[in-house]
Amino acid sequence: MSVMVSKECIGCGACEAGCPFGAIKMQDGMAIIDEACTQCGACVDICPVGAISRDEETKQLVIDKDAYKDVWVSLEVTDGSLKNVGLELLGEGRKLADIMGQKLAGVLIGENVEKLAKEAFAAGADKVYLVEAPELAHYSTDGYTATVVDLITIYRPSVILLGATNNGRDLGPRVACRVGTGLTADCTGLGIDEATGLVAWTRPAFGGNIMATIFCPDNRPQMGTVRPSVFKKPVPDYAKSGEVIKVASKVKAEDIRTQIIDIVHVCTASCNLEEAEIIVSGGRGLGKPENFCYVEDLANALGAAVGASRAAVDAGWKPHLHQVGQTGKTVAPKIYFACGISGAIQHLAGMSSSDTIIAINKDPDAPIFKVADYGIVGDIKEVLPILTEEFKKMKAS
Amino acid sequence: MEIVVCIKQVPDTTEVKIDPVTNTLIRQGVPSIVNPFDKNALEAALQLRDSYGGKVTVLTMGPPQAKDALKECLSIGADDAILVSDRAFGGSDTLATSYTLKAAIDKIGKVDVIFCGKQAIDGDTAQVGPEMAEHLGIAQVTYVAKMDIDGDTARMERENEDGYEVIKVKLPVLVSVIKSSNYEPRYPTVKGAIRANRVEIPTWTAADLDVDEARLGLKGSSTQVQKIFTPPQRVQGVVINKDAREAATELLLRLVEAKIM
Repeated sequence: MSVMVSKECIGCGACEAGCPFGAIKMQDGMAIIDEACTQCGACVDICPVGAISRDEETKQLVIDKDAYKDVWVSLEVTDGSLKNVGLELLGEGRKLADIMGQKLAGVLIGENVEKLAKEAFAAGADKVYLVEAPELAHYSTDGYTATVVDLITIYRPSVILLGATNNGRDLGPRVACRVGTGLTADCTGLGIDEATGLVAWTRPAFGGNIMATIFCPDNRPQMGTVRPSVFKKPVPDYAKSGEVIKVASKVKAEDIRTQIIDIVHVCTASCNLEEAEIIVSGGRGLGKPENFCYVEDLANALGAAVGASRAAVDAGWKPHLHQVGQTGKTVAPKIYFACGISGAIQHLAGMSSSDTIIAINKDPDAPIFKVADYGIVGDIKEVLPILTEEFKKMKAS
Repeated sequence: MEIVVCIKQVPDTTEVKIDPVTNTLIRQGVPSIVNPFDKNALEAALQLRDSYGGKVTVLTMGPPQAKDALKECLSIGADDAILVSDRAFGGSDTLATSYTLKAAIDKIGKVDVIFCGKQAIDGDTAQVGPEMAEHLGIAQVTYVAKMDIDGDTARMERENEDGYEVIKVKLPVLVSVIKSSNYEPRYPTVKGAIRANRVEIPTWTAADLDVDEARLGLKGSSTQVQKIFTPPQRVQGVVINKDAREAATELLLRLVEAKIM
């Protein structure tokens, strides 16, 4: 595949300005495409005279793609239960598998985790690959990579979905690299391309300024990590069951080069932002760190998690674990309260897929109001206590 | 101790805007910077060197102008810099990039610790580090907030969703560093800047590396960008500009009406 400029080029420079990768320069009145080109095709659509074209040229097939079947979802276990993101991906994986006419499988790795298989069946899995061993009780890069690669080699899935959690983003690239396939990070949209039957992985890039749809045409499995909370958990149907395929672990203790010597829980429920249905976040508009109490009171009244903007974290008002945004956590709760947060693009990148956004800010021109479903122009110190009180009343009634 | 820091020159995505008319990215006037997380990684490397001795080499793959990013790292305190640049690397995805960087690490020789930033702010994949570790066959620890060395063993704090794990691992290891108060980047010094201008930065091309051409650039990439588009914008909703109690009451009414609460 390559992108070419024909002699119809009028040298207008529209493509130069529009190239997301800065790969086009104007030279002697013609557009020249350089090595930064990723062949994304953005310029093809931009060119006003149709002088740019993208050639689809098929690569020589290296693998027998038809030998790879089924959609797999990696099920992450934390404190003895499945993380929500695994269940969300089973719901989404079910749709992909149905379109492809293939089966949906969960991959369950750990120690004493067999009992969790029923959760996977209730969420739509046809089967569960189960690998249990004491060495796999905790996540380790080496242990889990070897286990997943072993499963891929034996059972050859067509698609693997992983949660874009810290462990998912640690494991995904290691596995993809070992089997020599492509991995798309941090997806927010999944589909099947009608023309090719490939998974269309859609993800934000450039700090959320643009979206890219990615294919993995020639290698299998097609792999991607998917952000938590983007998709809804399916309503569990415990009448459903499926097949548990037990696979013996080949991992030995000495294969695992990292050793966990301590696990420290810094946060309680209040910073479990990824799984929260409601998040109340505070920013520099609170004025001083003590005013975070208004945010926390509202969060308590709602049973919500507490978030913070980068500015508030940088100022030392809240630990980094609470940070929402491009350099913090990406969240998509049912309701997101942005209190005293101006709404920089980096913050929006972390929360703009929330179902409902409620912004409270003194500054009527704050960009956060542009994305908010409901906004209140007002002082946090006055508005939040009233909301807290009213929500408490609502709950009590 | 031999330390390599992998960095990337990125457009400052905080300065990127979308043209409201054409709905495309406006890159003009957007400065190129050293990826912010890579500066945390550089700081982690410099702290190790300052405590245990050794050398810090910064490595990047990119176009010729990425030398500017390397120079900045030299002026901050890195000892050496290497640019890996060739048209053959163009269009690389993470698999091809990590393969190319692995070959550059091989050429550097024995390395004890390789640092990367958590992710680059333009691509946000966080994949090149782990994929490099896999190509090299060494251990990796990602999302690291703190690190110390005792003999041939590193002890690290790795962030997870609700706290952190303390992890021990024998060197060599690849470490990806998060933004952490332990690793606030230091500033360039005048002395450093003068030195940065004198240091000869070698450019390694495909011919300088022991690589299989078929695994480079677009040819060596498993993923393909199929299309790029601007995300659908959220539509602005209701803004209530009233006295606090009235505004709060109206909000609640609206939330109940819309069955959100």
